[in-house]
Amino acid sequence: MTNPNNATITLVHRIRFVDGHGLTIPTFRLLKDDGHLYADAIAPELDKEQALAMYHSMVATRLLDERMLAAQRQGRISFYLQSLGEEAQAVASAAALAPEDMILAQYREQGALLHRGFTLAQFMSQLFSNEDDLGKGRQMPVHYGCRELNFMTISSPLATQIPQATGVAYGQRLAGESAITLCYFGEGAASEGDFHAGLNMAAVLKTPVIFFCRNNGYAISTPASEQFVGDGIASRAVGYGIRTLRVDGADTLAVFEATRQARQLMLDDPQPMLIEAMSYRLGAHSSSDDPSGYRSQAEEERWRKRDPIGRYRLWLQHQGWLNEDDDRRHRDELRRQILEAMKQAEQRAKPALESLVEDVYAAVPRHLERQLAGLKHPSSGRQGEDA
Amino acid sequence: MKQMNLLQAVNQALTLAMERDASVLCFGEDVGHFGGVFRATSGLQDKYGEDRCFNTPLTEQGIVGFANGLAAKGLKPVAEIQFADYIFPAFDQLVNETAKFRYRSGNQFNVGGLVVRTPYGGGIAGGHYHSQSPEAYFVHTPGLRVVVPRGPVQAKGLLLAAIACPDPVIFFEPKRLYRAAVAEVDEGYYQLPLDRAEVVREGSDITLLAWGAQMDYLLKAADLADNAGISCEVIDLQSLLPWDEDTVVESVLKTGRLLISHEAPLTGGFGAEIAATVQERCFLYLESPIARVCGLDTPFPLALEKRYMPDQHRIFDAINATMNF
Ligand SMILES: Cc1ncc(C[n+]2csc(CCOP(=O)(O)OP(=O)(O)O)c2C)c(N)n1
Repeated sequence: MTNPNNATITLVHRIRFVDGHGLTIPTFRLLKDDGHLYADAIAPELDKEQALAMYHSMVATRLLDERMLAAQRQGRISFYLQSLGEEAQAVASAAALAPEDMILAQYREQGALLHRGFTLAQFMSQLFSNEDDLGKGRQMPVHYGCRELNFMTISSPLATQIPQATGVAYGQRLAGESAITLCYFGEGAASEGDFHAGLNMAAVLKTPVIFFCRNNGYAISTPASEQFVGDGIASRAVGYGIRTLRVDGADTLAVFEATRQARQLMLDDPQPMLIEAMSYRLGAHSSSDDPSGYRSQAEEERWRKRDPIGRYRLWLQHQGWLNEDDDRRHRDELRRQILEAMKQAEQRAKPALESLVEDVYAAVPRHLERQLAGLKHPSSGRQGEDA
Repeated sequence: MKQMNLLQAVNQALTLAMERDASVLCFGEDVGHFGGVFRATSGLQDKYGEDRCFNTPLTEQGIVGFANGLAAKGLKPVAEIQFADYIFPAFDQLVNETAKFRYRSGNQFNVGGLVVRTPYGGGIAGGHYHSQSPEAYFVHTPGLRVVVPRGPVQAKGLLLAAIACPDPVIFFEPKRLYRAAVAEVDEGYYQLPLDRAEVVREGSDITLLAWGAQMDYLLKAADLADNAGISCEVIDLQSLLPWDEDTVVESVLKTGRLLISHEAPLTGGFGAEIAATVQERCFLYLESPIARVCGLDTPFPLALEKRYMPDQHRIFDAINATMNF
């Protein structure tokens, strides 16, 4: 029996509270730590080229992160945020999408953008806020965005992208596009009101959006245990009536297959889905953070052994698709390219002063023209005097 | 031409916009079949279907976040926030997202086409949470446009311009005037400029400036002043962000006096910004201090609403004080 507000009613005559942990959602996993499939697991349909492309994106993401974290320590950029241990989640999920699918990201998904074809030069231009930065040097490092690659520019306030993704997906459905939206966020961001607003609206309005939660155990220093109780983020989506899957975020094949199938399902029948990827943020939160203050070396070590790149590399080797020499040569070449791109970007000029007042509105309004003139000729008296 | 009230003018603007452009969508709480609590969207779902005019769950931050996504995708969402008092749950989406989409992305993404319509203001015995005028919070945010019409003709033309505008617009509708303000309105499609104040009445002794519902009181005060032999130039600002400095300055250079009136509390109100700019640009021409007649720095009251309101009598008193400084 259902009542007008969609709740199923079953009558009982003895009290039985539903436990907050009543729902336990299993974790989808295909690859064992040794790089072999579980006995009853079915590998996704992936050819060698696709499989290696994912691997290369994951490796490139890690090498880029390493280099730029070092660059931050050397004072060459102001801030950086690495995705160590989470490369598989971003890359494999993005690899399961079509290029016309829209991505709205948080800030730890550089792997997705890289896999879509954002060039090293483009990364560097953003990180060094030079005149080639697509965002014109207005945001902190790592707030990437690229219209051409259908990757919405990242915003700092957490979770704001979640209801926005619902809106983008509604637009896709209305236009009859065979495209979907994928929205990344962390388990910390899932405490924000925007998460609940966005999921509920998506469920009610039946929009084809994949909410992809990277549950990496920490929001800066706050462990997941102090972020929420209950069965993770996945159970929340179930409460909103959203199809949900929990997946091992360090299992490249499982993340790929989960995202691929979610996408397929929602193309056939528009509706949102939530994928909760379980992983561990192996590095510091950002270049401004030192995790030794809030977690143990031993804990980190345990997770280091479960490095997603290592597990996937073993599988590729078992397939006979990867050999160590090629791998090493490829990494050396990548390192060289990253260094080269960094040097180039560092030498480029900053954006022009005029760009300060551009893009606030479609056209520069008169009061901003005045204020720019005042900046150029400060002696002219009042702020914003006509030049 | 047809006689219509402000609400009917808004409804007609929405109808025309949806008719002309399939990317215009109207949504919000109770907006679909019911037509919104004030019926501004009535008939739209019947005409344009449930995909284009629909109810949303009760979530202001969700509504504006969703609208941001839609607009970034190239559609033209006209989202309704049921009362301006309830816009604050959506504050972050408006101030950090809507306003900054274009700037932060280097113009790769923008939410031009987004309009948030919301009824604002007192005078309807609405008490605390059905009466606020929150425009000042938004005029501090570069990237937004803030527009407030004073009557049916303006509401229709400005709303159509807002929907066509390549920038996001917050459109405050004076709900006290929804049914009270009636005028002859052109039934065709027309826009009014979003960057122009309108000189509603010419005069030579003092400039009176307001917007939206406050214009009603301002004009009544100007009549009282006229009877007392004081010639008032009356200006409706219409667009608060960006605002038409030049029209205001030009008027004050002529009259030498300025009075600004708004319903929102005095402190940090938009009148303060206007006063500062005018004294910068007109200092040597001013013959008396710039007067402000505003709401008190209290929450909006119910029982003493009439005393709270900066009505024609308070404005007229201030005109006299300014003239006799
Ligand atoms: C609205 C808001 N509040 C606070 C912050 C500061 N902040 C930046 S990242 C972060 C933690 C986010 O954790 P999570 O979403 O789990 O992602 P993770 O860093 O683990 O990838 C916080 C609190 C912010 N960016 N936005």
